[in-house]
Amino acid sequence: MTSQAELDRDRFIPRAGRIRGWVDLYVTMFRIAILNNVQYRVANYFYMIGMIAEPVIYLVVWSTIAREQGGQVGGFTPGQFAAYYIVWTLVRQMNIIFTPYGWEERIRQGELSAMLLQPLFPIHRDIALLAGWKLVTIVMWLPIAAVLTLLFSPELNVRPIDIAVFAVAIWGAYLVRTMPYWILGMASFWTTRVGPIFQLMFTAELLLSGRLVPLSLMPEWAQRLADVLPFKWTFGYPIEALIGHLPDAELFGGLAMQLLWIVIGVIGVRIVWRFAIRRYSAVSG
Amino acid sequence: MADRDPLRPFMLAGTFFRIGALNELQYRANFAVQLFQSAIAAGTGLAVLALVFGQTTNLNGWTQSELLAVMGVHIFMGGVIATIIQPNMIRLMEDIRQGTLDFVLTKPEDAQVLVSVREIRIWQAVDCIVGAIVIVVAVVQLKVSFGLGQALAFGLTFVLGGLTIYCFWLILTVGAFWVVRIDQIVELFEGVYQSGRWPVTIYPGWLRVSLTFLVPIAFAVTVPAEALTSRLTVDTLALATGFAIALLVFTRWWWRFGLTRYSGASA
Repeated sequence: MTSQAELDRDRFIPRAGRIRGWVDLYVTMFRIAILNNVQYRVANYFYMIGMIAEPVIYLVVWSTIAREQGGQVGGFTPGQFAAYYIVWTLVRQMNIIFTPYGWEERIRQGELSAMLLQPLFPIHRDIALLAGWKLVTIVMWLPIAAVLTLLFSPELNVRPIDIAVFAVAIWGAYLVRTMPYWILGMASFWTTRVGPIFQLMFTAELLLSGRLVPLSLMPEWAQRLADVLPFKWTFGYPIEALIGHLPDAELFGGLAMQLLWIVIGVIGVRIVWRFAIRRYSAVSG
Repeated sequence: MADRDPLRPFMLAGTFFRIGALNELQYRANFAVQLFQSAIAAGTGLAVLALVFGQTTNLNGWTQSELLAVMGVHIFMGGVIATIIQPNMIRLMEDIRQGTLDFVLTKPEDAQVLVSVREIRIWQAVDCIVGAIVIVVAVVQLKVSFGLGQALAFGLTFVLGGLTIYCFWLILTVGAFWVVRIDQIVELFEGVYQSGRWPVTIYPGWLRVSLTFLVPIAFAVTVPAEALTSRLTVDTLALATGFAIALLVFTRWWWRFGLTRYSGASA
């Protein structure tokens, strides 16, 4: 017995062309997001400059320490810190996910009702629209990266294989990061005081992902803790895949770990969604 | 505006403060939420300091206790911004975009004063308390004689810093009269404000100048922190005072100039 939702989906995306259907769907959403965001270039630049303040601060602080310690700290020279934090800016941009804070509004305003009527699981919409936006901001990022490179002279020598793995890993990082925050956002189905939960997660991520400092500068116990959490596969790993001269085992092992966390995330999303959606009742839509 | 009573802006601010406080006092659980979030933020700041001073004993001439003082001032000023400055500016942006600024302009009071004091988020003031505690701990750790003179210098530079940040925010917000969608400025400012966590002297020259005159983080955080750590010179104090006054005058003119661009509701 097939459910109504599955029947609808079959009508929407014919079985024979299922894959082509998905591709069409994603391409269409990319185009919507691109057209939307190209209009607001100034707003996007404000946003990106605000975002770049964070790594520049870390970079200045740690380069200062490296120089005061006679040229390097934790195996990083100022030039290597520069490379790390400049690549950071792109990884951060790729990492942006639908904010868990957005769920409250979605539920309160009844936006979710409209999404539920579409024969499409809502996460695809979030992933596709933000991915389209990223395609715009990657282009906008290039001049920013050029300026940062002139200002901070990074030490960068990468192999073609690093670039290839990096190009996959940044999209992997996006998906790894999407799922836990989607699950967390669904907490809004149960309570309106979600701020503290989100902040705990953001803080854990800041310290244990390589966002604040390269993980090799963290104490040993923190590094062990980071090994069993998903965070480092979203920040530290993609950056080091490009600049860290990782041996092949680590380079490709990282992609496998990303895949593992994506699978765990998808299972988590499915389970939590099933319970969460029962709690939903909308006023309007 | 017949009424020129110089105390009038303060009375208005007091009235709005009372209304805002009564409004927010209905939601007391938010205090616990804010306290929790402020504690996590302060804890993260301490963890970062511990990481830095695990590798070195002094950062560009600043010791760990001195940087703790900088962090305290940064949290305190962040609390002031989040309590009173930012909420008002966000509401002003909305009003300009939607045309509802009419309701402010038609009131028989100075419009700049009104738009600057209408909103207050009292629970955000928890950051002021946390910041004050960090400052006290830092000053005790510094083990220097902290006299009345230093306290006054700190108070003065802090107020000047707050005024400078207010002017900066209003100058940007007035930009909404020309460019309608500037809500991203909030994130831009919050990003740049994080640079105040460290004394601006550690930044390279071009950035230090930008963080002093373009986005006045130096006057808002570093200068008051210099007053706490016996680094403040008369020259710096004079510069901070002169800059704040000049900026206030410019902001006044800029606000009036911006208003001439405003065309009102449903235009």
